[in-house]
This record gives sequence, structure tokens and C-alpha cells, in this order.
Amino acid sequence: MTVDEVLTQTFRHDRAGILATLIRRLGDFQLAEDAVQDAFADAAANWSRAGIPANPAAWITVAARRRAIDRLRRTQSIADRAKRLAELTRLDEQGDQEEQMSTPEADTVADDRLRLMFTCCHPALAVSAQVALTLRTLGGLSTGEIARAFLVAEPTMGKRVVRAKRKIADARIPYRVPEAEELPARLGGVLRVVYLIFNEGYTATAGAELVRASLCEEAIRLAVLLSELMPDAAETWGLLALTLLHDSRRGARVDAGGAFVPLDAQDTELWDEAKVEAGRSALRRALRLGGAGEFQLQAAIAAIEMEGASSGAIDWQRVAALYGALASVAPSPVVAVNRAAAVAFSGSPQSGLALLAPLLCDATLAGYQPLHATHAELLRRIGDARGAIEAYRRTIELTDNAVERAELERRLEDVQTADPVAS
Amino acid sequence: MPEYMLLLYAPEVDEAQEAERWAELPLWFEVTESLKAAGVHLANAPLYPVSDATTVRVRGGETEFTDGPFATTKEILAGYYLLSCPDLDAALKAAARLPTARYGSVEVRPVMDMANLPGMDSNGE
Repeated sequence: MTVDEVLTQTFRHDRAGILATLIRRLGDFQLAEDAVQDAFADAAANWSRAGIPANPAAWITVAARRRAIDRLRRTQSIADRAKRLAELTRLDEQGDQEEQMSTPEADTVADDRLRLMFTCCHPALAVSAQVALTLRTLGGLSTGEIARAFLVAEPTMGKRVVRAKRKIADARIPYRVPEAEELPARLGGVLRVVYLIFNEGYTATAGAELVRASLCEEAIRLAVLLSELMPDAAETWGLLALTLLHDSRRGARVDAGGAFVPLDAQDTELWDEAKVEAGRSALRRALRLGGAGEFQLQAAIAAIEMEGASSGAIDWQRVAALYGALASVAPSPVVAVNRAAAVAFSGSPQSGLALLAPLLCDATLAGYQPLHATHAELLRRIGDARGAIEAYRRTIELTDNAVERAELERRLEDVQTADPVAS
Repeated sequence: MPEYMLLLYAPEVDEAQEAERWAELPLWFEVTESLKAAGVHLANAPLYPVSDATTVRVRGGETEFTDGPFATTKEILAGYYLLSCPDLDAALKAAARLPTARYGSVEVRPVMDMANLPGMDSNGE
């Protein structure tokens, strides 16, 4: 392998762990990030001259620690500076030999990555900052990449990240895995951040590009990491299953012309079989652990819908029951709308419309696109052309995504053609 | 003797203006020392900026955290607690226990350590 290839591989596999450990030792995100970045630059300069070391990750670890010592000596404003400096210098003198020879203790690095994840997703930080910090520290994305993925100006995203790091340092947001009593709630927060990252990649909220693959891949990598680090938490497997099952259909969601393809019309040959299988296996593991958490319920729904799309008949009754369970664990307009659709598809469109009725009266949901899209679809199914046309028009007004908009306009046209009087 | 709390309000400033303010540190010390000498001083400290604040509210039994201050004109400053905690989590937990969290807000602002004031490296090396 070339120096560049080894560097890229080390960056992908080991950077987060090295950074996580250094943050614990320094107690400062910015300083640790700068030191790790320095170490990679040192490696790029050094390895092409002196050759690639036997253990690149250990080399980077030691180089980053030395760079941290240099930076710490020059920085005044770090809490416990003298103590941290002494500890790092001691490690550098004593542990140097060992760490050059072997990879740093795997357990410690795993713990540090988990600490890093919980700190990045601390509820005292704004969710947008949690997402950005997670992608930057654990995912290794640059601020520019994150800004582009979330359609935010780069300086804005830069400020968001800097401000979050500053708050972690100033307010002493702890660097640890929460204790048992807080763990379920805090883990839920971490999982939601990863799912948010996935969703942002999976469904662009604006613009023509339907899938931003790198965000999906980052989110799945984080979900894999969480399931490895917390294998007894059912929801880590539930999230992994959900993201894998959704992502397996990435290639089938858009046709050659760029148009959105709904699940029931997708060519199942285009699904990524390996991801489907990995998703199912993660789901089985989640179900064995139990708990009926929101992510495993959603993954179970996705699995049934996908089985149905392959076999030609979705078991809507089971889907409706799972949405019912989901509505009690994690109630939201999204779940309520999907539940209504599942009930309608299971054979009683009127019951589905009845479930939608209170949502349609809720003024706060007046601009909620999926509600109106589902309303339009159900009205079309019961043959209420006039109502469907009105609902489709409302939906189209609310749709930013060009691909989805085109599909809705096509459906509106179908209804109008079938019933010219109604329009 | 009755006690009084002096609340210091100031517009947020950029880094250059911030540096100008820190240049006035000797003046602050002079005032503080004279208050101490007069025997009226109990405690004082600068706070980190509002961007480091976390607002705690308890609604329907659920504790909610918001990044930043919770400033509404309807809520008035009603009291204060000064706590010494190992980290933010401990401070937030205490904040959530205060009855005000149920009907108002408790803003948790980190207090600057006097030893870490700009230009004062008392940590040494």
C-alpha cells in the first residue's frame, strides 16, 4: 500500500479512537483535534521519507500525544494544565516503547469512543450542534462537508462547532458514559442523533439530490459502532437494523430519470441483498433482547413492508399493529399519519381517514406535508376525486423536493384525467 | 445585616472589545478589595457568556434542557443558588429539583474560575 492509502485507512479506522483518548487526557476538544490533525500531517511528511511504520495507528497516537504536549505548553487557558501536562509527559516517557510495539489497549479506546459519543450528544448542547460535533469528531467529516450536507453556510457551521466545543470546556460537560439510571434516556438521545444524520442523507429536505450517500454511510458506521460498544442495549441493534434496511433500497428509490419510486413499485432486484440480510440479522438480535423500543419497532415495520414488496402482498394488519405500539412508545405526527395509512391499507380506508381527522384539525400540522400526501392518497382510494385533487394541490405546495414533487404532480394528473368533472 | 445582590448586565461584545474590558481588570480588583476592606463583600465572580448557558425546565414530570438562556420578558429573576459541583450534569440535576423549574426556568451558567482569567496563569508549570 502507498503512504496515502495507509493514511486514509488509518484516518477512517483509528482517528476517532485516538482522538477520543486524547480528549480524555487533555480535557479539551479543540486542542486534541488540532494535535491529531498535526500528527496526520507529520505522518504524511515522515512516512514517505522514513517508510510506513509497522503499526501506523500507534505511530499516530504517539505523534498526537507529543503534539498535544507542545500545544499544551503554549496554551494558557486550559483547566488543570500543569497536571495534564505532567500526565502526558509521563505517558510519553514510560508508555512510549510499549505503544510503539502494540496497538493501545482496545478496551480503553472503545470506552473513550463511547464517552466521546455521549459528550457530543449531551442534551445541554443544541441538537444541530450535537449532529455537527458527532460527524466531526467520530465521523471525521470536515466542517465544510458537514455544512454542505446540511445546506448551511460553512462559517455558520464553523461557529456552531466552535461554540459547542467552547461550551463543553467552559461548562464542564462531563466526558463519561452516563450512569445506569440516566443511561436509557441519554442513549436514546445518542441514537436519535445518529438517526437524524441518516435521515438527512436518505431524504434530502430540499434540492434535487435525493440521497446523500456519505451521510447514510457515516450514520451506519456510527450505528455499527454503537451496537459493538453497547451490545446489550436492544435499541442499538434496532437502529442498526432500521438504517441498514432503509439503506439497502437506496438504489431502487430513484429511477433512471431521477424520479422517486415508492416502495410498492420498486424493483427488488435493485435492493442490496447483503444490507437486507445484515439488517434482518440485527433486527433478530434486537427482538431477542426485547424492550419494544422505537427503533426496533420501526425496523420491524420496514422488514414487513419489504417482505411484502418482494412477495407482492404486505401484511398491513401487522404493520398497523406495530404502528399502534410505536404510537404509545414514541408518539409523533409521523407515526400517527403512517398508522392511519396502514389501517387504511389493511382494508378499512374509512377507519384510516377517521384516524387522520384529528390531525387535519390540528393547526400546528397545517404545513406537515406527509399528512396531506396521505390524506390525498386515501381520498383517491375511496374515490373522492374532488377531495383528492384539493389535497394533492395542498401537498404539492408543501413539497420542496423536486423528485417527489414530480411524482405528486403525476398522481394529481391521473385523478384529474380519470374524473375531469371533479377538477 | 441585610444582604444585597448586585446583578451585572452588559451587552455582548466581540473579541477586541472583550480584550478592552479585560484590560480594566485592575480597576475591578481595586473595587473588590475596597469592598472587602470595608467588610461588606461576600462573594463575586464573572460568568461565562450566555452561549455557555443551559436552561432547565420540568414540564409534565419530564426534565427538558435548552441550549442557551431562556429569556422571556414575562419571567423575572427571582433568586439564585451558587453551587460547587464536579460537572455540569450535577448542576443540571440540582436545577431540575428546584420548584421554579416546574413553572419557570432555571438558567445554569458556569462561573469563571478566577485562576483561569485571561493573562493569569496561576496553574504554573
